[in-house]
Amino acid sequence: MPVEPPQVPADPTGSPTYESATREPMIRARGLVKAFDDFTAVDGIDVEVRPGEAFGFLGPNGAGKSSTMRMIGCVSPPTAGELTVLGMDPRTDGPRIRAGLGVVPQRDSLDEELTVEENIWVYGRYFGLPRRLVRERAAELLEFAQLTDRARSVVEPLSGGMKRRLTIARALVNSPRILLLDEPTTGLDPQARHVLWDRLFRLKREGVTLVLTTHYMDEAEQLCDRLVVMDHGRIVAEGSPSALIAQHSTREVLELRFDTADHAARLGEVDGIAERVEVLPDRLLLYTADGEAAQSELHRRGLEPLAALVRRSTLEDVFLHLTGRTLVD
Amino acid sequence: MARTGTSAARVTQDADGGPARLTGGWQAVTAHWLAKYRRVWFGTAITSFLSPLLYLAGMGYGLGMLVDRGAGGIDGVPYVVFVAPGVLAATTLQVAAGETTFSVMGSIKWDRTYHGMLATPLGVRDVVRGHLAYVLVRLTMAAVVFFGVAAALGTVRSWWGLLAVPVAVLGGLAFASCCYAYSASLTNDRGLALMFRFVVMPMTLFSGTFFPIAQLPGWLQPVAWLTPLWHTVDASRTLFLGTADPGGILLHVGYLVLWAAGGYLAAVRVLHRRMVV
Repeated sequence: MPVEPPQVPADPTGSPTYESATREPMIRARGLVKAFDDFTAVDGIDVEVRPGEAFGFLGPNGAGKSSTMRMIGCVSPPTAGELTVLGMDPRTDGPRIRAGLGVVPQRDSLDEELTVEENIWVYGRYFGLPRRLVRERAAELLEFAQLTDRARSVVEPLSGGMKRRLTIARALVNSPRILLLDEPTTGLDPQARHVLWDRLFRLKREGVTLVLTTHYMDEAEQLCDRLVVMDHGRIVAEGSPSALIAQHSTREVLELRFDTADHAARLGEVDGIAERVEVLPDRLLLYTADGEAAQSELHRRGLEPLAALVRRSTLEDVFLHLTGRTLVD
Repeated sequence: MARTGTSAARVTQDADGGPARLTGGWQAVTAHWLAKYRRVWFGTAITSFLSPLLYLAGMGYGLGMLVDRGAGGIDGVPYVVFVAPGVLAATTLQVAAGETTFSVMGSIKWDRTYHGMLATPLGVRDVVRGHLAYVLVRLTMAAVVFFGVAAALGTVRSWWGLLAVPVAVLGGLAFASCCYAYSASLTNDRGLALMFRFVVMPMTLFSGTFFPIAQLPGWLQPVAWLTPLWHTVDASRTLFLGTADPGGILLHVGYLVLWAAGGYLAAVRVLHRRMVV
């Protein structure tokens, strides 16, 4: 179908954006494969990201998330399958697509010897933006990233959270239609993560399409409207966080820790209490709609675990159920 | 600022700029390296002024006194006059190696600058060209400063000597582009140390820089002819002395252009294979 090519980022006319005009998916992948000499990182995935949504790739390390992101970012050619980003083909239109993307890589690629503002100035020029415009934007973006008072500091000594925010600010210099974030908060302390999430929420409200990878289920639940769960290069589930939980887990989970070296040995004692039981090295997870009822049944049987905790199901449980493994090992 | 409070996304979308180009091209890459260089330029400027002075004083006058007394100079000129164009060529070689080794590897591996660049509309060609254009700036600065010092010391015997500056810059570029390709192919920095030890150093010593290659054992002379440095040295020396013949200079320059072009093509290829996977 004929698709109006997207405007280059600094289109001064502010014409209706590609996404609102056509409702075409921002990203569409069909049977997408990335194979290296000795292994297949991405093994035939289908993905569709809609305008304005926050879309997540959730999975453990090595699941193929970053390879997927690099293909979408047009820095890694797909081995097979179809991929369309912003209505264009990365094989032929890489530079034009990249002009409309903002990329926050897994590892910061900031110029640590330059100052905070110089980093944005230099980066803006890669997109061919006029110097004056870049300087204006840099000031606004630093405001947005809460780095205005550090504008003239050299990057090197800044905290991890600040560098991450600067990387995001830098990725926005071309006012991208899609912001790709590869594990945006890995390695940050909890407070820095919350500041970052808050900034990403603001971008989402402004209509920027967010695509992120993470192996933190709380991050996926916080940020993503929709996500796919990846494992061994394949998509094992897809949906909104709540739908995935409803579909693949129970409402509540009762976690039990026994005084034993092998929790599998205690399986028989909890038989029938929950719909499903998962065995982890250090605890049992009892999946049930009503955690408290399960706990009373435990008491009735005279079982006395070292610790018992009722909690809501999370994406972690979904992942565990689908793959038999935990996300962060 | 009137707009404070509006979001980054909207602000950047309706900001009015001129008609945008798709990419800043290699010039944007050069701008990056120059921005980094601005933080250290003073140190390197002093170095590029002092090092010729020290070299010419130590080698030219110190060692030169022995040579001149013992052998009456080389090819009929005092040793300092003989050695100055050689050191000029060796200096651009050093700058070329210095700017295309650790910075290339670092941009791939350590600070990942190239990953950042290639996430934008820039391509591998822009990255290599922009880097080499920056090296060209550095080479020109070093060669001009050296020439100034050498001329002030009276070692330039002819106005043709001025042409030794672009020749030395070209010689530096010829090595830089090849060295770039080599650095981009390495996965760790051990290979860089080896390169300095087994390529830069021997080339500096045995390419007619400090003594005529006629002094080398016969089998080594053709090796010297192959090096880009010997061609830079020989061309610069005849220009300094005013004994250059146009045919010889053209041959030297043509040979250096071949190295530069071949190195550039190799560099683009290697970096592409490294970064676009």
